[in-house]
Amino acid sequence: MGNLVAKSPCKGLLPLSVGAMSASEVETGAMTMLSPRKGQDGALDEAMRAVHGLGYPAPSGVESAGEARAIWFGHSSVLLVGAEPGQRLEEHGVLVDQSDAWAVVRLDGPGAEDVLARLVPVDVRLCAFPVGSTARSKIGHMSGSVTRVGEASFWLMVFRSMAETLVHDLKSAMEAVAARG
Amino acid sequence: MRIEGKGLIARDHRVSFTFDGVRYSGFQGDTLASALLANGVRLVARSFKYHRPRGILTAGSEEPNALVTIGTGGRQDPNVRATVQELYDGLEARSQNRWPSLNHDLLSVNDLAAPFFGAGFYYKTFMWPRAFWEKLYEPMIRKAAGLGALSGEDNADRYERAFAFCDLLVIGAGPAGLMAALVAGRAGADVILADEDARIGGRLLAETYEIDGKPGHVWAEEVLAELRAMDNVRLMTRTTVAGAYDHGTFAALERVSHHRADRGAGAPLECFWRIVARRSVLAAGALERPVAFRDNDRPGIMTAGAVRAYLNRWGVAPGKAVTVFGNNDDAHRTARDLMAAGVHVAGLIDSRHDAPEVQGVHMIRGGQVCGSTGRRSLEAITVRRAGGEERIQTDCLAMSGGWNPSVHLTCHMNGRPAWRRDIASFVPVAGAIPGLRAAGACNGAFSTAGCLREGAAAAVEALEDLGLKASEPTLPAADDTPYALEPLWAVPGKGRAWLDFQNDVTVKDVKQAAVENFRSVEHMKRYTTQGMATDQGKNSNVAALAVLADATGRGIPETGTTTFRPPYSPIAIAALGAGAEGKGFQPQRFTTSHAATVARGAPLIEAGLWYRPSYFPKPGETDWRQSCDREVGYVRNAVGVADVSTLGKIDIQGADAAKLLDFVYTNMFSTLKVGRVRYGLMLREDGHVMDDGTTARLGEDHYVMTTTTAAAGEVMKHLEFATQGLHPEWDVSLCSVTEHWAQFAVAGPKAREVLNGLLDTPLDPQDWPFMSCGAVSVLGVAGRLFRISFSGEEGYEIAVPARYGASLFDILVKRAEGLGGGPYGMEALNVLRIEKGFITHSEIHGRTTAYDIGMGGMVSARKDCIGKTMSQRPGLEEPGRECLVGLKPVGPDGRLLAGAHLYRKEAEAKRTNDQGYVTSVCHSPTLGHMIGLAFLADGPERHGEIVKMVDGLRGVTTLCEVVNPVFFDADGGRMRG
Repeated sequence: MGNLVAKSPCKGLLPLSVGAMSASEVETGAMTMLSPRKGQDGALDEAMRAVHGLGYPAPSGVESAGEARAIWFGHSSVLLVGAEPGQRLEEHGVLVDQSDAWAVVRLDGPGAEDVLARLVPVDVRLCAFPVGSTARSKIGHMSGSVTRVGEASFWLMVFRSMAETLVHDLKSAMEAVAARG
Repeated sequence: MRIEGKGLIARDHRVSFTFDGVRYSGFQGDTLASALLANGVRLVARSFKYHRPRGILTAGSEEPNALVTIGTGGRQDPNVRATVQELYDGLEARSQNRWPSLNHDLLSVNDLAAPFFGAGFYYKTFMWPRAFWEKLYEPMIRKAAGLGALSGEDNADRYERAFAFCDLLVIGAGPAGLMAALVAGRAGADVILADEDARIGGRLLAETYEIDGKPGHVWAEEVLAELRAMDNVRLMTRTTVAGAYDHGTFAALERVSHHRADRGAGAPLECFWRIVARRSVLAAGALERPVAFRDNDRPGIMTAGAVRAYLNRWGVAPGKAVTVFGNNDDAHRTARDLMAAGVHVAGLIDSRHDAPEVQGVHMIRGGQVCGSTGRRSLEAITVRRAGGEERIQTDCLAMSGGWNPSVHLTCHMNGRPAWRRDIASFVPVAGAIPGLRAAGACNGAFSTAGCLREGAAAAVEALEDLGLKASEPTLPAADDTPYALEPLWAVPGKGRAWLDFQNDVTVKDVKQAAVENFRSVEHMKRYTTQGMATDQGKNSNVAALAVLADATGRGIPETGTTTFRPPYSPIAIAALGAGAEGKGFQPQRFTTSHAATVARGAPLIEAGLWYRPSYFPKPGETDWRQSCDREVGYVRNAVGVADVSTLGKIDIQGADAAKLLDFVYTNMFSTLKVGRVRYGLMLREDGHVMDDGTTARLGEDHYVMTTTTAAAGEVMKHLEFATQGLHPEWDVSLCSVTEHWAQFAVAGPKAREVLNGLLDTPLDPQDWPFMSCGAVSVLGVAGRLFRISFSGEEGYEIAVPARYGASLFDILVKRAEGLGGGPYGMEALNVLRIEKGFITHSEIHGRTTAYDIGMGGMVSARKDCIGKTMSQRPGLEEPGRECLVGLKPVGPDGRLLAGAHLYRKEAEAKRTNDQGYVTSVCHSPTLGHMIGLAFLADGPERHGEIVKMVDGLRGVTTLCEVVNPVFFDADGGRMRG
């Protein structure tokens, strides 16, 4: 009968290099959407600190500890990335497995901000969007999530089904930036 | 004609170009206009309406005459202003609006007929017969009166859109803008300095002003070098800020590659920017206005400032014997600069009797130029003075009626400029654009020192707003001579004195408008078309309204201006829509089985943004029906596999999850047992059906709802509204899990056989009755199984995390094929559901109620739900409504068509006899004839009746029998197994 073979969202699409910029797929490990149960925001925050060493992030913020990141994901939503959620979290929050729902692409390089300026309508200058900032925003025509993970490095997340469009849009923008020299 | 030693062009870099096929040469740093003038080309265009010969009027983006077409084929770019187009080697430009040639334009007969073509001519003439306007007159007029054209081929150029953010946006890089950027840059603000020119400096490049004892352009270079060294300052050249909008947002067009022969090797032609600035300084300068006099549009007549620009920046003398005509001191500079460069000045005419004397030139004070002669280019002018008229031989006239501050952007949010009598100009009103300050010439400060002062002051004020420490800079020394003029708009006299060069509007036209009672400036504009060309009246606006003010006996401030709207200068639609063509039009969503589907040659259909297989063709099949019938057969007789991952899946958890479901569905979900699935119907607030689907109860407080593919987003929004807006007190969380799970329908008598062997625990029918659900282990992977059916057969939907989707699809298909089945597409899926009378959005199309689709009983009487009250409105439940029925043709070969209407058998097929309409049809391979779903007045009571289906569009009439919409296995025995 054989086994089920896993395939990542961007398999065959990435990595990609244009000029000094590169885009690569991030193997994030587990991704879990956390939503605090009614009135349990503080308790969920405490449980997260106790179990994962990171708190519930403020709006547009990211908390991180080692490989684990908690990325603010909108109203009552935080995406815990890179760690299997501890049992304790379930007492105070609703946990939904999202490990296969999102394509996560890392954009690196000196022109990364310029590339995003062509895709994302939010201010991603380092002064306004320092490392550890995140935004739910449009990426091209797609709803996505943009997180700054380094001075010239970003995570871009869109629904898995749109990975090809993300790579298409990203490649076009990277080429346009590179052509400017 | 070039003047040795003058100009800021690269003399060692010669470039070659053509105009109307004739080869010329110029230098790097030239514009097409400066190069044409240097080559003695004066006739460059034909005017819009009368096809009059026209030359270059200005040296900037306001140019109304010198519009040319650059390039050919897919890259043909019409209506390019020669004054903006930078010269490059190999540039090919062509004149427009002429036939057969610029020199011999047949439609110049229009000019002879001009007495008939005045303001309002079209409105008065082409009224009858009415139908002729659209079919004959308008196309004819459009053809005769024209600009350049596109090639009709796909645009081969690339465009882009981008966003930028800054503390301070400085618009314009002349002395005021440079000073503002310098002050703000030194204070550490994040600055964007944008200028429409390729070179920084603005008017400093065109004049002989000195700043701090240095030529103005040298000072500008020094400032530029300092700005370049600051990493908090971003220079955007060739970038026209074209519009001002709410919240400090500006639109700007960057011309990225228009100046390059290779068009930038992958770089876009243009970039449309949206710049969001916390504060802004408008330093857009001023535009010189012409003076209206008889035949003031002859090639060789230019604005005085443009003549200086060609002389000082490009080293070009636009004539051998130049005359200057003005009403202000500024015009005198033209005469002085020309003489200093050794160009003969044949006369300086100043309309003021008390104008200051200029030495070394034949000066006529208190004189007015009242006419010009020359065939296709200026040969002489006539000057009227106290002592009579004087004719002066001249091949170039530099005219100046004063300067208009470029207030345009300050009016984009409905601000109106204020009139300043001392400079006879409109100036911006402070606060017209929140956060924007005008400085320099655009604010009415016309001296260099004034510009520097205002630029610095505006920056200091903006920095204070931004909370940055601003230090008052030491201003460089510069000329501070006041600007002196006496208004002169139009020289009286016979003949046509042109105001709007681009739309061929004369002083007489404006006066005629006033006579015909189009006295409001907005009415005059529309009646005469003054200011309605692509230059938006930049060259003519103030003069035209001054003429109107005079004709109506009002003052200029009372007359007011027309409304300046974005864009400041023309923007290609291609730039606005950049990136939205081809794959950029909208995202594509692919299922995990997409590659396998494509590999099997399945044609794809779009469902929302998703791509789904229509059918999977087999060798030898020549028609989609053959494939579809075969796939239906798989499901009815063996087993079929379909990817149903595109259906929306919403995870709903929390203590109040059941309450939410009872609230949004018409039927009860709080009573559903754990491990069971129920079909649900959802209404919009207005009582009509919104969506349907199944919801499974996975745990006490845990449900997963499915939606239709098309309505997934809408339902999610609906649930968010219900939980955030209507019942924020409920403890319930929503999360889309559509993308996390790959889900496949496995349906048919052998469905269980396909699954057993994949599941780590084989299915026991006792444990898995119809409408059950639960966790399963699929080849060692944690998955979910739902026993539901959209085909009427024993059916399951099996879900695994999406990373395994492609793999599971392959395995399922292989197993199904081993059992005489295989994959099925949307066509077969549709046939299967029509045979069962199951609805889709063809039936719940937004105008049908639960009652109409035969599900009135599903609206629970024991509870409230969204839409319930409104669904009970009078008219929504009464007899006579069109309700769901099945249709089958009376003859076995009868055709049914979706979209056709239903009538009584004997009735005429007309609107008043309409009884309903057909929503879904298919050929049923199971039954051997066509079947359809339809809405028919009182339908459920009319089973057995023969009605007439008429498709007026396709000309098909079929007699049909009204039947139960469930055509196959009416008691559901097959799917319950």
